[in-house]
Amino acid sequence: MSWTRKILRVNLSKGSCTSEPLNMEWAKLYLGQRGLASKYLSEEVDPACDPLGPDNKLIMATGPLTGTMASTAGRYSVITKGPLTGAIACSNSGGFFGAELKFAGWDMIIFEGKSDKPVYLLIQDDNVELKSAEHMWGKTAWEADDIIHATHQDPQMRVACIGRTAENGCLYAAVMNDKHRAAGRSGVGTVMASKNLKAVAVRGTQGIGNVDDAEAFMSATGDGKAVLAENAVTGQGLPAYGTQVLMNVINGVGGLPARNMRDVGFEGAENISAEAMAEPRKSDGKPNLTTNGACFGCTIACGRISTVDPTHFSVKDKPQYQGNSGGLEYEAAWALGADTGVDDLDALTYVNFLCNEDGMDPISYGATVAAAMELFEEGVIGTKETGGVELRFGSAEAFVAITEQMCNGGEFSADLGMGSKRLTEKYGKPELSMSVKGQEFPAYDPRGIQGIGLNYATSNRGACHLRGYTIASEVLGIPVKTELNDTDGKPELVKAFQDATALVDSAGLCIFTTFAWGMDNIAPQIDAACEGDWSVENCLETGERIWNMERLFNEAAGFTADDDKLPRRLLEEAIKDGPTKGQVNRLGEMLPKYYEVRGWTADGKIPEETRQRLSL
Amino acid sequence: MQKSLNIDPGKCTGCLQCEMACSYEHTGTFNPSRSYIKVFTFHHEGRFAPYTCTQCDEAWCMRACPVDAITVDMATGAKVIHDDKCVGCKVCTIACPFGTVNYSQATGKVVKCDLCGGDPQCAAACPTDAITYVDADWTGYDRMLASAAKSLPSAEATA
Repeated sequence: MSWTRKILRVNLSKGSCTSEPLNMEWAKLYLGQRGLASKYLSEEVDPACDPLGPDNKLIMATGPLTGTMASTAGRYSVITKGPLTGAIACSNSGGFFGAELKFAGWDMIIFEGKSDKPVYLLIQDDNVELKSAEHMWGKTAWEADDIIHATHQDPQMRVACIGRTAENGCLYAAVMNDKHRAAGRSGVGTVMASKNLKAVAVRGTQGIGNVDDAEAFMSATGDGKAVLAENAVTGQGLPAYGTQVLMNVINGVGGLPARNMRDVGFEGAENISAEAMAEPRKSDGKPNLTTNGACFGCTIACGRISTVDPTHFSVKDKPQYQGNSGGLEYEAAWALGADTGVDDLDALTYVNFLCNEDGMDPISYGATVAAAMELFEEGVIGTKETGGVELRFGSAEAFVAITEQMCNGGEFSADLGMGSKRLTEKYGKPELSMSVKGQEFPAYDPRGIQGIGLNYATSNRGACHLRGYTIASEVLGIPVKTELNDTDGKPELVKAFQDATALVDSAGLCIFTTFAWGMDNIAPQIDAACEGDWSVENCLETGERIWNMERLFNEAAGFTADDDKLPRRLLEEAIKDGPTKGQVNRLGEMLPKYYEVRGWTADGKIPEETRQRLSL
Repeated sequence: MQKSLNIDPGKCTGCLQCEMACSYEHTGTFNPSRSYIKVFTFHHEGRFAPYTCTQCDEAWCMRACPVDAITVDMATGAKVIHDDKCVGCKVCTIACPFGTVNYSQATGKVVKCDLCGGDPQCAAACPTDAITYVDADWTGYDRMLASAAKSLPSAEATA
């Protein structure tokens, strides 16, 4: 089985916590986590609702493999209607919280309504209660985590919580867990704050003892671990360099956007790369990177544990930021660094700490600051708006100052907290928002790399690399190499990646396994753990079903084919130099074919026959 | 030949595969709260430390037990708790200087590492060789070797 078959329903308006059985018919169609929780959301929430109103729900969901010995099986997701986009949001996180929730005996928690006063949910196996969080409101996510641990005196307790940016209404606030892991994108933390829910603290001692076929499971997961260990990316590259191994690679192929995507190629890329993180610094002889760390059950261990140079201006007088904490991952290093033009590794590491401490998505935050920098340099906004900060591309001092202002709720924080779409609209320059469906791009330029542009345009949660990481194929040659600037075959490639990812995100596994694992490695692990048919074919169909269900939610929320688009800059402003010089994204060549391979109509609607084929 | 668990905290990534393997071996569940080996995370220092019983030759726990519920497995040298004798008095948990004998509310007995009868599953599950099962005479030799390597004159100096 592997599911606990139990859902915890928490009505925050009434203050009630009730247990109910998991809908196993749905579990067999949607597996768990992303897929299954999205099914619950689709059935229970009006897609047209106000994402920050009491009618929206917030679901924290594990997958059937979460908490088992399968490698990387510690994931959980936060599913809700996202306030940044208005689309379905599903943000996936590692760390240890997800597995602990499972050990406490729960597949998912559904939060509904809104509490009158700040509360946190305490789960100790079957004992569940809502407790006052008034003393934690206004505290950072790290402080809230510390208060909960001090209160309950249980070092094994795992906490997911929000920071001050969520409380202040920042539309891309994250749900932080285990201090530096984040359900990061689309503003899922903002929804949590809108419900006056500060934290979820969980301790589970029941474990998971019901895998369907234990012997087959140990064999399949053992095989899977061997594949990860032998693969160059998951066995060597990611543990040694983390996702940051990509910085110089993507820059080298002409796919690294810079300065709000005005440029492609960043001259400071090397200074903020994995290689730079390993370089001993002058002041104390230590490198930025202390060691790598794993999320629950992960045999890859790509996590970065870093320090800021204690003599650096950002932390010089702040001993609390001189110890180790979650270091830069590639997407954060790009958004905070290349996209703002800042190549000061210590400044970026410090800003990354602050993003974790106060619970912000560093991609949307960095990209929104980048848009604000372009507004500033064009003279559209000035120091009057920015609270006195000279917000220019490349200034580490300005970036640190504006980030502290953002966390403390200073002058410019309300503007920055809107995200780039609303910010640039407010100041009359909507074309400067580098986003799809209101969510900012991550670290790959769709002009240099065609397929990722199609994936961004069609992603159900707005621009996102983690919905269909075609970079694996287009840059790294996994599973097969496709040419960066080709559009032929990209619609099929995007669909295949999107569907497979939806399945992995629904299992409790980390998408990074797919650098080494194909569905033929993944399906046997699910099949051994879960009752029912989890053949490769069924897994892929389940992924496709989930993708289409999310699309239907968005359709009902008011999204149309008009929203499957890229900003004008990426379609018309050609790359000025470097290996991809002269290129723009050719979305128009790919999108009609994409709709066709998905079995959708020419205007991107899901026809009855496709719904029937997928049991939707 | 007697073998020992050899733990190198510097190689640990904190993934808890060892805790799951241990709990699965002893309880049939993936359940870190029932594991006899624990990985501690020192967040601020950026370090992880797997910790479990070292199987002392003169075992304080065994000597303290008033009902002789702890005996030596003659094949492995492990100090093993017999649930049929243990009365859950916890005196052994007080006697152990390392804190690696613990009381379990789930069973009402104390629990500790038993080396899985000579095939410790934590070591088998560890992806980074932070936990290995080696000839007891060789515990610590890898660190001695590393230290010796550091004391060598540099390659340039000898060339």
